[in-house]
Amino acid sequence: MSNTKEIIARNVFFLSAIASAVMILAILVLMIALGIPLFKAGNFLAIWTGPWAPHKGLYGIWPMISGTLWIALLATALCMPLSLGASFVITSLGGPRLRRMLGTMVRFMTGIPTVIYGFVGIFLLVPLVREGIGGPGMCVLTAGMVLAILISPTMILFVTDSLLAVDLSYVQAAKALGANRVQRLLYVMVPRATGGMAAGIILALGRALGDTLIALMLAGNAIQAPRALLEPARTLTAHVALVKAADFDSLEFRSIFACGIVLYLFATTATVAVRVMLRKREVPT
Amino acid sequence: MKKALFQIFVISSIFSLLVAPCFGEALQDFEGQEGTIKIAGGTAHISVMKEAAKQIMTRYKDIVVTVAGGGSGLGIKQVGEGLVDIGNSGRKPKPEEIEKYKLKMFKWAIDGVGVVVNPANKVQSLTKNQLKDIFSGKIDNWSVLGGVKHAITVYTRDEASGTRAVFWKKALDKENISTKALFVPSNGAMKTAIANDPYAIGYVSVGHMDETVAPVALDGVTPTLDNVKSGQYKIARGLYSNTKSDPSGLTLLFINYLFSSEGQKIALEKGFIPVK
Repeated sequence: MSNTKEIIARNVFFLSAIASAVMILAILVLMIALGIPLFKAGNFLAIWTGPWAPHKGLYGIWPMISGTLWIALLATALCMPLSLGASFVITSLGGPRLRRMLGTMVRFMTGIPTVIYGFVGIFLLVPLVREGIGGPGMCVLTAGMVLAILISPTMILFVTDSLLAVDLSYVQAAKALGANRVQRLLYVMVPRATGGMAAGIILALGRALGDTLIALMLAGNAIQAPRALLEPARTLTAHVALVKAADFDSLEFRSIFACGIVLYLFATTATVAVRVMLRKREVPT
Repeated sequence: MKKALFQIFVISSIFSLLVAPCFGEALQDFEGQEGTIKIAGGTAHISVMKEAAKQIMTRYKDIVVTVAGGGSGLGIKQVGEGLVDIGNSGRKPKPEEIEKYKLKMFKWAIDGVGVVVNPANKVQSLTKNQLKDIFSGKIDNWSVLGGVKHAITVYTRDEASGTRAVFWKKALDKENISTKALFVPSNGAMKTAIANDPYAIGYVSVGHMDETVAPVALDGVTPTLDNVKSGQYKIARGLYSNTKSDPSGLTLLFINYLFSSEGQKIALEKGFIPVK
């Protein structure tokens, strides 16, 4: 009796595992299939590298790929010193009360809806950038700064976890040898946690690549590839949000699927990278 | 004291009894109905749709009216695919759209599309050629036009926008819009963007204009309700509510309500020109 139950349960779980794997592949196949009219319509290469000018029949998504990379990489770069600093304080440098407070705050941050950051950005940061630094205010820099704050909890929590996962006996041994807090952190914990830390950074980058609302609200969505931090840009996700309303059969609408494929590839690369990093961490040295 | 309160109560009750039937005359058709009306599309329509929905829903608790934006293109697409009951558009649906989705169009108001700048901007009058040069990026500093020495920030809407379609055709004569232009997703977002950016220029539905933005006279004609009505201001369009084939049930009642004296009054109050 219990044996049949077990077999049934195993098969059901196996099926759901297969189903989710198939679905993920099916999404890629579907995007390619739906994008075929666009791929066939003109120069295949121009879709990935050309400009976007629908009324001239040009449906290149290069400006959006470039915009996505600018904003996401800037956000990650700005986020790194913030998050690493915060994780160091939470794991070892801060006193017990400060650690607890910071930890709670970071976890609280994960729950703040993205749109709140967007609004604060529009009413606070955009005018500041416009008047203080120049340009139209809605630009790569503004979106990157807000996005950096948005992705920081991901990075902080991941880095904190990997630092705390370092075997306590090593830390205690270092302490017994007379190493102070900073030394224990820099020479014992950080070197053994690099894999996990890198994974956290990549996960945060993945989140920045996939975020829609911040760039949609703050980057200005102009259809040119940005060449400076103060220029407006459009991300792939914002492009999908803006073009989704075009006529279903139009090539313009089909460009959504090209964007989808690029985002899919970004996500896959990030996931694979995280896997590799984490495996590295598991290998004992 | 108590007596006075009582008197006020009595008088106000009588008054409300007298007045109540006058409101909601056209609303009475909704009596005894229940269900949902889903509306999406044109963002210029939203204020009127919301007010109409409020009137209906406060009186008849069993009816739910949902109103969403998304732009004219989205409205037409969603109603055509049966995702919503009414798809609004700020432009006349194209012949192929009407053909494909068997659309029935109901034009219940006329609206202008006007150029707007931040109220702090001194440049509040332009010629059509200047406007074209600004939007194409040939003129890129306000100082050229007698304003402050600062780069012009051009705001535009996405391709699904009926407001953009009308503006591009009638104000820019289909000339290029600079690739540097910033995109905002709705009439409301355009207004917020212009109101917060002292160097901005953009375009919104005349019905959406208020004191947070300054209308720009085009060849000497200011985009106001009166000028659109008299035909002096030329950049105008109909506001359409579209249904897939002939409307029926609650959807028909809602369309009728828009055309009733009360619905038309809402349109007027929200800054549009009623068709009746």
